[in-house]
Amino acid sequence: MGQTLFDKIWDAHVVQRKEGYPDVLYIDAHFIHEVTSPQAFDGLRRRGIRVRRPDRTHATADHNVPTLNQHLPIREELSRRQVEMLTRNCEEFGIELYGLGHPFQGIVHVIGPELGLTQPGMTIVCGDSHTSTHGALGTIAFGIGTSEVEQVLATQCIWQYKPRKMRITIDGQLKKGVVSKDIILYIISQISASGATGYFVEYAGSTIRSLSMEARMTICNMSIEMGARGGMIAPDETTFAYLQGRRFAPKGSDWDRALAYWKTLYSDLDAVFDKELHFDAADIEPMITYGTNPGMGIKITQPIPRLEQLSEKERPSFERALQYMSLQPGTYLLNKPVDYVFIGSCTNSRMEDLRLVANFVKGKKKAPHVEVWVVPGSKQVEEQARREGIDRIFEEAGFQLRGPGCSACLGMNEDKIPPGKYCVSTSNRNFEGRQGPQARTFLVSPLTAAAAAITGRIVDVREFL
Amino acid sequence: MSKRTIRHIVSTAVPLPIENIDTDQIIPARFLKATTREGFGKNLFRDWRYENDDENKPKKDFVLNNPLYKGSILVAGKNFGCGSSREHAAWALVDYGFQVVVSSFFADIFKNNALNNFLLPVQVSDAFLQRLFDAIYQDPNTQIEVDLPQQQLRLLATGEAEYFDINLYKKECLLNGYDDIDYLLSLDAAITAYEKANEK
Repeated sequence: MGQTLFDKIWDAHVVQRKEGYPDVLYIDAHFIHEVTSPQAFDGLRRRGIRVRRPDRTHATADHNVPTLNQHLPIREELSRRQVEMLTRNCEEFGIELYGLGHPFQGIVHVIGPELGLTQPGMTIVCGDSHTSTHGALGTIAFGIGTSEVEQVLATQCIWQYKPRKMRITIDGQLKKGVVSKDIILYIISQISASGATGYFVEYAGSTIRSLSMEARMTICNMSIEMGARGGMIAPDETTFAYLQGRRFAPKGSDWDRALAYWKTLYSDLDAVFDKELHFDAADIEPMITYGTNPGMGIKITQPIPRLEQLSEKERPSFERALQYMSLQPGTYLLNKPVDYVFIGSCTNSRMEDLRLVANFVKGKKKAPHVEVWVVPGSKQVEEQARREGIDRIFEEAGFQLRGPGCSACLGMNEDKIPPGKYCVSTSNRNFEGRQGPQARTFLVSPLTAAAAAITGRIVDVREFL
Repeated sequence: MSKRTIRHIVSTAVPLPIENIDTDQIIPARFLKATTREGFGKNLFRDWRYENDDENKPKKDFVLNNPLYKGSILVAGKNFGCGSSREHAAWALVDYGFQVVVSSFFADIFKNNALNNFLLPVQVSDAFLQRLFDAIYQDPNTQIEVDLPQQQLRLLATGEAEYFDINLYKKECLLNGYDDIDYLLSLDAAITAYEKANEK
């Protein structure tokens, strides 16, 4: 029987396999940030041990950083202390830090691929659930808790039970105005916020193959929103072309050797998955969420479900969500006025996302009542946007182009959506309070977000293309 | 770190019959700025507990503010702990005083985080979960017994019980207070051998 892509990478990283125990898995790259690492470093100090592989540990500050005036000291004391602690910990343990002000600083899941630190066939972990993003380059990448961060710092290994395997195949050509964010929001709306719990997902099919590297990252990024441990895509020419020449990508004969290995990384034709799902690209339309988990999504032209369309068990959560969002069952979101538009997060803050938005808004102005924040995923993305003149397009449109960070995705740093306000957001979570206490989130693609910024309403972007 | 274990717990329970409780609800992101593991309990379910983020304005209809329901067992709806990987969610539940969370489904990362903090996630069937909610609402003093060696969750008054799954390694850790890192550190030779074989 053939092997899946997942099995090939997993099995190549097993340090110890013992009956009745989880596998001990070697980790090739460990990304850390300021929020989920301080307690882990404390643990090392208490045990009197060092970081086993500082060279395989990569640090940045992203969750807790302001996106305005990044050259000034962080105003909020607790945030400042946390970021300073990361700096001290990296110095003490010999870890390279791409901190605030560094030309490589950015959202941890944006900078890994961008710098070529993320490479096919790797095992990658980070104390952040959206680590699944790195799977787009053909890696096993998943989020871990702080105790596990400590394990990996101490031993470069992690205890891990092998999850079940699911393949999601999407075939066919995407319709006009439909982008990768719509694909993943559609899948999650079909299988629910827990539909892939216990599984590691491989995305396949002609639709996935046709996507750019960055579009693939958006899909893998949101794997966790259906409960999956991670998501991955077999590396191909798109992946290799993306990586070649990146700062930490192999060079010369190392590149040739790596490439030969990477080309073996695919699921064999006779590989067996525990579960297989198929979707047709032609069924996917611009998507939007109406509720308070990413599974509560609809095509933007559809009404919110009616109570009687849901099972008895789903109704309390549904009613609670609509109450929080102040929305009515059976009504349409189209034409609903919005207050904020947030374009950013590890889901949609890469160069392609910014180009897509800039291309749409060029020569247009935002609606007067809407506040629009564009937050690049990294310093490099920000610099590139300036080189391409995208900063001027945004400025003329009345959008704020800010400095890199997680920003309004998670209501932790200074960027929060005020209570009761509606925010059309390219981020990944619409949980209660996620973007700030009582903030109300609609998850959409960057294209749909751009259209909302210009019109000040929820609209079907296809009418403007 | 004090050596903790879990073996046998008998307690009343706190019912929270909401599905898909994500870790942002368990502990909102703005409280993740601490650099220690302690003190998160006071912000557990912060935005469900208080009106306008004000500790002087507890929301009367939220179960943690209802003196009828107490205990070290939290009984919650399906898909508990989804979303963010923040271990702070497990720390907050432990710091508040919970030792066990019962649900019909747990998100993966939360489950690992809970086990690493000696907080036992007990997965039961949808039917048994409903039975637990009914029993607790009927009598808030309902005693629930969690027996880790036998992997049984039992309603003491009626003897109704259900077997629950837990992987053997983690069970051993919880019963004996073992620590993952000590074990991994003991594998140093194997790790070094792996590195030698895989790095040029």
